[in-house]
Amino acid sequence: MKIKIFYFARLKETLKFSTEDLELPDETLTILKLKALLAQRSDTWHEMLMGKLKVRGAINHELVDDLATIHDGDEVAFFPPVTGG
Amino acid sequence: MTVRVQTQDFDVGFEINQLRVARPDVGAVVSFVGQVRDLNDGNTIATLTLEHYPGMTEKSLEAIVNQAKSRWNIMDATIIHRVGTLQPLDQIVLVAVSSAHRNEAFSACEFMMDYLKTEAPFWKKEATAEGEQWLEAKETDETARKRWEK
Repeated sequence: MKIKIFYFARLKETLKFSTEDLELPDETLTILKLKALLAQRSDTWHEMLMGKLKVRGAINHELVDDLATIHDGDEVAFFPPVTGG
Repeated sequence: MTVRVQTQDFDVGFEINQLRVARPDVGAVVSFVGQVRDLNDGNTIATLTLEHYPGMTEKSLEAIVNQAKSRWNIMDATIIHRVGTLQPLDQIVLVAVSSAHRNEAFSACEFMMDYLKTEAPFWKKEATAEGEQWLEAKETDETARKRWEK
């Protein structure tokens, strides 16, 4: 399956990625599984996605928890806790 | 409902009038205006830069207005949030709510600000004499939102 991922704020800056298209095997993919997969890229990726930053995930513009399932064509986003207002 | 994410400033008087003019059923408009402060955690702020997630941010603000509408008997609401680089004294956010009576509008306005601060995808980065840093989410904001869960 193909998905699109967006990164924001500190993640975008540290990982030097704002968006990417990924092609993955067609198996059940949760937000947590995707994070673990991306975390294998380097220590920095691991720290950003699995560390103490408490990264939040969104699928198709909806906030979701780690157990949410990602489907083909989904737009996924990872970002730090929000600080607007 | 009016929800806008924009770089340019907004006119609070104009926005309040939009909720009130030609609406004799409106008895109250409550508004909150957020302004960029010059000091945060002891650091003197030169600028504050806001990033957002185009598409999701607007959707999230609309969902917050709809939640407020289902919870209180309000007539209409406006949320305007600025993004880009701002300076101390700049207006950053407006939440305004109209209703027949003041209590509903006061509560809905507070509710919307508390949710905006903890759910809407915006991120602040401050620039000080020492450099730039992303702001950390505050526990007190989360506590403020949780009081509405019941």
